Amino acid sequence: MTRVPITVTINGTEYTAEAPPRRTLVDFIRYDLGLTGTKEACSVGVCGICTVEMDGVIVSSCILLAVQAQGAQITTIEGVADGDTLHPLQEAFMNYGGFQCGICTPGQIMASRALLQQNPDPTEDEIKNWMMGNLCRCTGYYKIIESIQKAGEMIRLGA
Amino acid sequence: MRDFQFHTPATLADAHSLLNDYGEEARVLSGGTGLINMMKQDLIYVDHLVSLQNIGNLDYIRWTGEGLQVGGRTTQQQMATSDVVHQNLPLLTETYGEVATVRVRNAATVGGGVAHGDPAQDPPPTLLVLDASVHVASKDGERTVKVRDDWFVDYYTTGVEQGEIVTGITVPPAPAGARTAYIKFLPRTADDYPTVAVSALGVVEGGVVTDVRVGLGAVNSTAVYAESVAGVLVGKAPTMDLAREAAETVRDLCAPTPDFRGSAEYKTDMAVVFTRRALSRVLGLDQ
Repeated sequence: MTRVPITVTINGTEYTAEAPPRRTLVDFIRYDLGLTGTKEACSVGVCGICTVEMDGVIVSSCILLAVQAQGAQITTIEGVADGDTLHPLQEAFMNYGGFQCGICTPGQIMASRALLQQNPDPTEDEIKNWMMGNLCRCTGYYKIIESIQKAGEMIRLGA
Repeated sequence: MRDFQFHTPATLADAHSLLNDYGEEARVLSGGTGLINMMKQDLIYVDHLVSLQNIGNLDYIRWTGEGLQVGGRTTQQQMATSDVVHQNLPLLTETYGEVATVRVRNAATVGGGVAHGDPAQDPPPTLLVLDASVHVASKDGERTVKVRDDWFVDYYTTGVEQGEIVTGITVPPAPAGARTAYIKFLPRTADDYPTVAVSALGVVEGGVVTDVRVGLGAVNSTAVYAESVAGVLVGKAPTMDLAREAAETVRDLCAPTPDFRGSAEYKTDMAVVFTRRALSRVLGLDQ
């Protein structure tokens, strides 16, 4: 099996590891680099759990190869908080019930973080449209929408 | 997924020589949202994956005298959010904005989608309606193919030949006064493949239809362009009866695959219904 060196910067830290070209980005992040905050579920780019930010946009890390991320700047759930200070979305997901069984939460936070970065005051329809494809099998979508709205308020108030 | 070798040529010329060296053992990788999924499910095996990720100058959106020029590596989300696209060809904005989810659109590229030829994808019917052309390059040079000239050949089979790379598309300006619509029937979830999809354009001048175009997705082994619609409507004052008659003509173009989104008969019926709805919108009959 050919292994190739892959270098990425994740949450500000540069990592290099060898992996076969067939390694998906989510497996590389989890198993080669040990950052297990990012989850995998559907494995076909549909459920949103494996959402990470890569070079400024969110992508499904399960349908990207790690070699496609060569040299990329990546943010995962581990890089969302500022030290011990949680991101407003993390606070809101805990306080308003967006955090339920927890499996989909890393993807929900990575996806909604990207939304709030470009629009800190989204309407409910804008949230639904953007978050389409971030599935929650607890089906607690209203709590997730409410959490995103509350996080938007916190961001607008400079929290 | 089986093992393969991964190549990241820095120029198109290098990519062409790799494709030449490895022949049928090689596939071109753009965004990967289609190809990687197929490889993961062992639907196809690739020995040499030639990625376009390090080739510059294939990522652009420009409005010129000939229309909209889009680089093959432009992402589908860039198409969906570009002001230049929205000002000039809002049907493209609407259509690309309907592709899967933002995460998929951020990785999927315009050229990759055109080369992939998924019969249920959103852009092909619209590219047929807007009379787009595809630019392909091989080691022997470049050629341009209109999508209406049988670019979409069969399931996941398009006009891109062995050794060729889709470098971009050109979409000519829409006629003055055109109204457009892209509608799809999604009985399951908003990011699912459609049961049927219809893209349409219409121009009504002096109370008479001067131009009307319909493209359909998910109703056959490729997206199809319904030339028959214009025959019913052009030169006439638009009415709902005529729109119904024109919509009936798409029935013969439909040979859908039955699946959990509907039987072949149901999908065909829905293709007629959605064509009628799209026509009523683009001919101003829904007010």
